[in-house]
Amino acid sequence: MSKKPTLDSKIPEGHISEKWSSHKFNMKLVNPANKRKHKVIVVGTGLAGGSAAASLGELGYQVQSFCIQDSPRRAHSVAAQGGINAAKNYQNDGDSVYRLFYDTVKGGDFRAREANVHRLAEVSTNIIDQCVAQGVPFAREYGGTLANRSFGGAQVSRTFYARGQTGQQLLLGAYGSLMRQVDEGNVEMFSRREMLDLVIVNGKARGIICRNLVTGEIEKYAADAVLLCTGGYSTVFYLSTNAVNCNPTAAWRCYKRGAAFANPCYTQIHPTCIPRFGETQSKLTLMSESLRNDGRVWVPKRKGDDRKPEDIPEAERDYYLETKYPAFGNLVPRDIASRNAKEVCDEGRGVGPTGYAVYLDFGDAIQRLGKDVISQRYGNLFAMYHEITGDDPYETPMMIYPAPHYTMGGLWVDYNLMTTIDGLFALGEANFSDHGANRLGASALMQGLADGYFVIPYTLGNYLATEKPEEVTTEAPEFDEVAKEVQEGIEKLMSIKGSTTADEIHRKLGNIMIDEVGMSRSEEGLKKALEEIPKIREQFFKDLCIPGDTKDYNKELEKAGRVMDFLDLGELMARDALERPESCGGHFRVESQDEEGEAKRDDENLCHVAAWWFQGEGNLPERLVEPLDYEYVKPSNRSYK
Amino acid sequence: MNVNLKIWRQAGPDAPGKLVDYRVEDIDPSQSFLEMLDKLNETLVKKGQEPVAFESDCREGICGNCGLVINGIAHGSKGGCTTCEIRMRQYNDGDTITVEPFRAKAFPLIKDLVVNRSAFDRIMSKGGYVAVNAGSAQDANLQPIHKDKAEAAMDAAACIGCGACVAACPNASASLFVGAKISQFTWLPQGQVERGSRALKMVKQMDHEGFGDCSNHAECEAVCPKEISIANISRMRREFTKALFARS
Repeated sequence: MSKKPTLDSKIPEGHISEKWSSHKFNMKLVNPANKRKHKVIVVGTGLAGGSAAASLGELGYQVQSFCIQDSPRRAHSVAAQGGINAAKNYQNDGDSVYRLFYDTVKGGDFRAREANVHRLAEVSTNIIDQCVAQGVPFAREYGGTLANRSFGGAQVSRTFYARGQTGQQLLLGAYGSLMRQVDEGNVEMFSRREMLDLVIVNGKARGIICRNLVTGEIEKYAADAVLLCTGGYSTVFYLSTNAVNCNPTAAWRCYKRGAAFANPCYTQIHPTCIPRFGETQSKLTLMSESLRNDGRVWVPKRKGDDRKPEDIPEAERDYYLETKYPAFGNLVPRDIASRNAKEVCDEGRGVGPTGYAVYLDFGDAIQRLGKDVISQRYGNLFAMYHEITGDDPYETPMMIYPAPHYTMGGLWVDYNLMTTIDGLFALGEANFSDHGANRLGASALMQGLADGYFVIPYTLGNYLATEKPEEVTTEAPEFDEVAKEVQEGIEKLMSIKGSTTADEIHRKLGNIMIDEVGMSRSEEGLKKALEEIPKIREQFFKDLCIPGDTKDYNKELEKAGRVMDFLDLGELMARDALERPESCGGHFRVESQDEEGEAKRDDENLCHVAAWWFQGEGNLPERLVEPLDYEYVKPSNRSYK
Repeated sequence: MNVNLKIWRQAGPDAPGKLVDYRVEDIDPSQSFLEMLDKLNETLVKKGQEPVAFESDCREGICGNCGLVINGIAHGSKGGCTTCEIRMRQYNDGDTITVEPFRAKAFPLIKDLVVNRSAFDRIMSKGGYVAVNAGSAQDANLQPIHKDKAEAAMDAAACIGCGACVAACPNASASLFVGAKISQFTWLPQGQVERGSRALKMVKQMDHEGFGDCSNHAECEAVCPKEISIANISRMRREFTKALFARS
């Protein structure tokens, strides 16, 4: 067992606005000629991994980049629709680095580290400059300047976008830079590889073990540092807006090697998704939250009112967000919009065949602005909705319901993005991040690129220059040991030969997770989840079935390994939620609400990061705590009324 | 609803392949085409048989991972969408549907319906970018870009790299894919410096990978899920020719 982590956040001294610049100066540098002597492994090629691998390649490091897809361009960042925030203040509407910092700390419900968030806001402006220089075709005004929109509850227009495909365009920018480094020989690309374990030599992360997803070979790779950029874990709910191959396996295996996992219970349920329709669905489709700029959310006032929406007169409609939150109306932050949708549906006022949906109505906007304007703004989204549901949103209101979308929790990292294992870094959604207990819209892209383009190039150099890692190759005995464990793990799964598919187990887990560890959580429900999950695990190890061969393209084997980790992670999420008897951001404990049913934080006892430290199979993990200090943004009641 | 399927099964690149008949019953018309295949696979797995290997990830038409030839047409007959966006309500009860992989010499088959499209990555590595290092780029608003040009660049940049254009082309040409990337940067001031070398290098790599040339069948445009115009191919030819003469 590794030594107990101290959770030293390593926040630099000085005023909040000077911490990052002084830290940059104080950090040690690797001489340009020496950079090529260092090997770095980057796992994942989304916005964080792609930008990190490209930037480190540009600096001259020898980078090895890994992804599970057939091409680095397909990482799930590609699916982000709405936009990316930056404190440019191009609109002259009062934005600033400090305001973006303030909004993000408040939006995260005072559960993020101030210094990290300020750095994020600072580098946000460089990201836009960098992406424009790469040729990312952001939306523009007639005068040729960049267009902005207000997004997800922000009171300034600071969101940059490329139609409804911002994530795709930013990713293609990073991917292009990555492929350029591949061509120049600084980055070696390994696609269709799944990282299955971390290799630690002398207490430091020195390599990874992968499965080649085409040949099934177990492969070993050694380096001076490992960067984990493998995204979040929303797919633990089975149905989510994430791509079907998104998974936390790489991060989870690092947890089992001693990387503390922070705030696993902080998950974001996105309010505007197409409702689920049955048992056979494979994923939920997100409708960009920009729709809330013009759509009005409502349900019938009367329970069980099953008239068609057009037959329900104005007076019998409840525009509950506008009534309850007059200042923000339909644009309240995600956690609030989601929870309110669930509430009205639980009251029996939900609509659609399952009763778990609310209307998002464009009738007024179409009347006010005309169909053409609405079509310009949301044409592709309306077409997508029409295609999936068979309903035309120009004619009848959309139906939406919240769906798991993003996870704020992740591997604990210090200010330098290093986990509790020396030499193992986590970037983007994979770390426990700068978003606290709730992420604001258009901030995920910002964080992924901030970590990859502008943070890790500095902090990794500092680590390498300070630690001066000794030469290690895959010949070191540790590599064989870990590879053998991985191989045995695979054979164990293959040998079960039962009759239940990995998907069936995953769906079962997903149902418990969404019911008990979803939008609202209770002590009773969480305890129930902690009882039920081990039973599902038992079924998994008794009755799993994987046809085919290990030395082949074998999707069922891939899924089984991930479901095994989902079971463990799901349990940890429930445990973390149980040990946090307050409501904050995306984590709502029914026992902790005020008279009006709004979330109630417990700053006195719970203003801290909870990071879980693995204690071996069968043992309870230890809950470590990093206290959070708010020196600049004083914790206040997060009111959007 | 129920459908009959004829699916291409092939154990590996060198193994012989054939169409195999399957039947899937009790399909919800709201299900996607791939969810229908998931259902088939679950039945196969429960019988201890190998499921049909196919690829998909985002399942909302943006990652470019999925790609099947359905009844002879890449991404199916609906047009303007990827395979994962197809819903079963488009079919009739009792239909027989043929499902095959994207076939091209430059896309070697891996298993069943899975092919290797890494040739696209290698083409991109030859100039599908603006060569600018991360660092202190100038302020993004210093260089205004005409809205129409930015929109035209975005039209071309919408390509998801799925390879349907190659699968549909009688010559298995990648011209639409390459033309779209070259075009994106011709519209933008950032793309001007490497404009000529980009066209030359990307086209050369396309040839090297074994893709055919374009002979204006326009099948690529017809199947492109992002409806990218073949005008991009003309632009690629113009850029290539200009660069060739400028160089000599």
